[in-house]
Amino acid sequence: MRPITPFLWTLFGAGGTIAALLFPVHLVLSGLAFPLGALEAPSYDVLYGLVRHPVTRLYLLVVITLPLFHWAHRFRYTLYDVLQLKHLYRLIAVLCYSAALLGSAVAAYTVWRIP
Amino acid sequence: MPPSVTLAVTRYRPEQESEPTLQTYEVPFRKDWVVLDALNYIKDNLDGSLSFRWSCRMGVCGSCGMMVNGSPKLTCAAFLSDYLPGPIRVEPLNYFPIIRDLVVDMTDFMHKLKKVKPWIIRAQEKPLADGEYLQTPDQLEMYKQFSMCINCMLCYSACPVYGLEQSFIGPAAIALAQRYNLDSRDEAARERLEILSEHDGMWQCTFVGECSKVCPKNVDPAGAIQQLKLVGAVDWFRFLLPWGTR
Repeated sequence: MRPITPFLWTLFGAGGTIAALLFPVHLVLSGLAFPLGALEAPSYDVLYGLVRHPVTRLYLLVVITLPLFHWAHRFRYTLYDVLQLKHLYRLIAVLCYSAALLGSAVAAYTVWRIP
Repeated sequence: MPPSVTLAVTRYRPEQESEPTLQTYEVPFRKDWVVLDALNYIKDNLDGSLSFRWSCRMGVCGSCGMMVNGSPKLTCAAFLSDYLPGPIRVEPLNYFPIIRDLVVDMTDFMHKLKKVKPWIIRAQEKPLADGEYLQTPDQLEMYKQFSMCINCMLCYSACPVYGLEQSFIGPAAIALAQRYNLDSRDEAARERLEILSEHDGMWQCTFVGECSKVCPKNVDPAGAIQQLKLVGAVDWFRFLLPWGTR
């Protein structure tokens, strides 16, 4: 079987890129600019309309799921190296990536269910 | 300017001691002296039994790497004046077995270096009569920084992953593999990728980046490893494609 490491690393890299490039935009917009009144906040109807669009749903899914895999990879190696738990190699890997998968499933379900 | 500075130097004489200990020496301070000069002063004037490796005194040979105040340094480039008022702790390179005093066993590194085949490999050598393999300045630029490595092993001593996992093939070996992969005359990139993709290869790296920080020749091993990971990842996805190599 081909080792899956390169694939997991790709998810890690992609998630990290998204977290580094897109998260700040969302944080500044919805965390600072809108509440502080620097920009006029979009109305509920406008946002709802935006979120219902298939492209936005896909965008939300990608922006949520890939950083989850970034987290899984980083947390896994943190447990190995910082807490010296390398002997639990398989268990930790399964738990971390399962958590990311579960989070992705919840995100997919939620995004899908937006009426 | 102080008249002298104190050095706390690791002593380990396996026939006398079971554990390395620190011994202090008072050395005259001169502002143009580096730690290696101080060690040579100790050897010449205070204690001829002190053992350490050195050769060129000018950052080319890569022999005199040691831990200076806990950081991996070429002692020929570590000025005493940067460590005042002292004492200056001089210890053998981290994570390597100590043979004697400041001398470490580099067998592991030599083995790893050889494993990545850091030389030009060609499927077919052209006959001498056909002349040399020409290279443009751009082609040289591709790998030049990685070719500056002097095998001083400071990057291994700085790498926490190597500290935890001694089987990790390590920064310098991977950077040198990439040096040959990027050389237009070389044809063995795939062969090296297979070697580096093994369990103890590049995927062990968690991109701490200390290797690049401590490199005295400004090689960027961390960068080389990330480049290779990308190549490895692209290669991984290629097999999913119908026209993929495997």
